[in-house]
Amino acid sequence: MVDFGGWDMPVQYPAGTIEEHLRTRTHAGLFDVSHMGEIDVRGTDAIDFVNRITSNDVRKLVDGQAQYSTLTTPQGTVIDDLLVYRLAADHLLLVVNASTTDKDWEWIKSNHSGESVELNNVSSDYCQLALQGPDAESILQKLTDVPLAEIKYYHFTPGRVDGIDGIVSRTGYTGEDGFEFYAPAERAEQLWNKILDAGQTGSPTGVLPCGLAARNTLRLEAGMALYGNELDETTTLLEANLGWICKLDKGDFIGREPLARQKQEGVKRKLSGFEVTERGIARDHQDVVVEGRQIGKVTSGSPAPFLKKNIGFAYLPLEYANVGQEIQIDVRGKLVGARVVKVPFYKRPK
Amino acid sequence: MANVPEDLHYSKDHEWVRVEGGEAIIGITDYAQNSLGDVVYVELPKAGDEFVANESFGSVESVKAVSEVFTPVAGAVTQINESLADEPEIVNSDPYGQGWMIRVKMSHPGEVDSLLTAAEYEDFTKAETE
Repeated sequence: MVDFGGWDMPVQYPAGTIEEHLRTRTHAGLFDVSHMGEIDVRGTDAIDFVNRITSNDVRKLVDGQAQYSTLTTPQGTVIDDLLVYRLAADHLLLVVNASTTDKDWEWIKSNHSGESVELNNVSSDYCQLALQGPDAESILQKLTDVPLAEIKYYHFTPGRVDGIDGIVSRTGYTGEDGFEFYAPAERAEQLWNKILDAGQTGSPTGVLPCGLAARNTLRLEAGMALYGNELDETTTLLEANLGWICKLDKGDFIGREPLARQKQEGVKRKLSGFEVTERGIARDHQDVVVEGRQIGKVTSGSPAPFLKKNIGFAYLPLEYANVGQEIQIDVRGKLVGARVVKVPFYKRPK
Repeated sequence: MANVPEDLHYSKDHEWVRVEGGEAIIGITDYAQNSLGDVVYVELPKAGDEFVANESFGSVESVKAVSEVFTPVAGAVTQINESLADEPEIVNSDPYGQGWMIRVKMSHPGEVDSLLTAAEYEDFTKAETE
C-alpha cells in the first residue's frame, strides 16, 4: 500500500502487475478509483461558468454526455485534466485528479465571480469503480438493468448497479472498452465484491482487481497523459498534444490568448512518445540525449506489458519531435537507444 | 510465508549465498522477489568483474521500481546467469534455483560465516514487516 495523493492505495494485488495489465486487455480488470475528486456545479450559468474556466467546449455536450478537458491557467498551461459530465443544462459534474482536488476546488471557487452557480466539493460523497476490458460490459450487465450496449463511448446514464443508484459512464483510463460507476461512498465495498463475483475473479479468464502500477502501465501504453508527469502548470495544451480539447473558437476562456498566440507562432517543443530500442527500461525524470546533449527529460517511462516493449513520453524540441528520430535515454549513467514513435503506442482492436 | 531454505546464508539486503566448492552462488530471496513484484529486467556484471563485500553488482527492476543488488561476499565473478536477460521472471518463480544471478570466486571464503543463518534471516524479515 502506498500514499497516492493522500489516499492509501495498493500498488498491486496478489496476481501481480503484469497479470493485472494483461487480464484487463484480454478480459477485465477492476480498479478502485474512489480517490478521484468530484465538483458539483448547478445553476442557470453552469455551462457558461465551466466553459470559461476549461479548454474544451462545454456547449457541445448533450444531457448524458461527458468530455475530456483541462482547467487552464492564464498562461494556457494545465492546472488539471478532468472529465466534464453534463447531467442537465443546469447541472455539471467535474471529475478531477486526487492529487489536485484541493487545488482545483480553490481555483474553481476563486474564479466564481457573479455567475449564477452553486458549487460543491462532493468528492467524499462518491466512490468510483472502473471495470475495464472486453468483458466489462457482459460482466456489469449481470448487475444492472441499464442496457449497457446502448451507452456510447463518453456517454453516461444515471442507473442502478446491484440495486445501488449511481452514474454508469462508458469512460476509462486504460484504452479498453469499459465503465466507471459513481456511487455513494459507503457502498464501495459491496460493489467491489459484487463485481469481482459477477466477473468470476477466481477463474483464469475472470476479472482481476488491479492496483496503481497496472493503472499506470495501462494508461501509458494507451498513450494517455498523467497529470504531474506529462501535464503540469509549465506545459501548455498545445505542447502536450491537447489541441483537440483546446477550442479557441468557443469564446473567451482562461488562457485563451496565449494559446491562440502559440497556435499562430507554433510550439517550440512537443510531447513525444518513444520506444526503447536497446536493452533497458526508461524511467521518469531520466535525461533524453541526442549527440551528447541533453534535450529533454522522460516524463513517464515504464515497461509496456502487452506490447512487450519499454516505452515512455518526453517533451522534445520540435526539431527532434518526429517519428523515427533516434534518441538516447540516460538510464542511471548508461546511454540506451530509443526511437520516437507514433502515439498511442497501443490501440484496442475494433 | 516466504520460503527460507536452511542450507543457505543470507544478507540483510535480502540476498542469499550458496557455497559450492569455494564459489559463492548469489541471488535474491523469496521475500525480496515477493516485495518487488514482477521482475522485468535484471542488470548483471560481466565475468571477471571484481567486488568487495556489500558492493552493488547490478540491479533488479520491477514494473514500478529499480532495486540495486549487493554481493554479501568479496570476490571475482566467474559466471552470470544469461537466462535472466530473456526471462527475468525466473527470479520471481524460482529465486533460489534457476533465478540465481552470479557465481563469485570468494576472496575470503570465511566471509560467509558472518552472514545470517536461515533462522536469523527469517527473524530479520519478520521484524521488517512489523
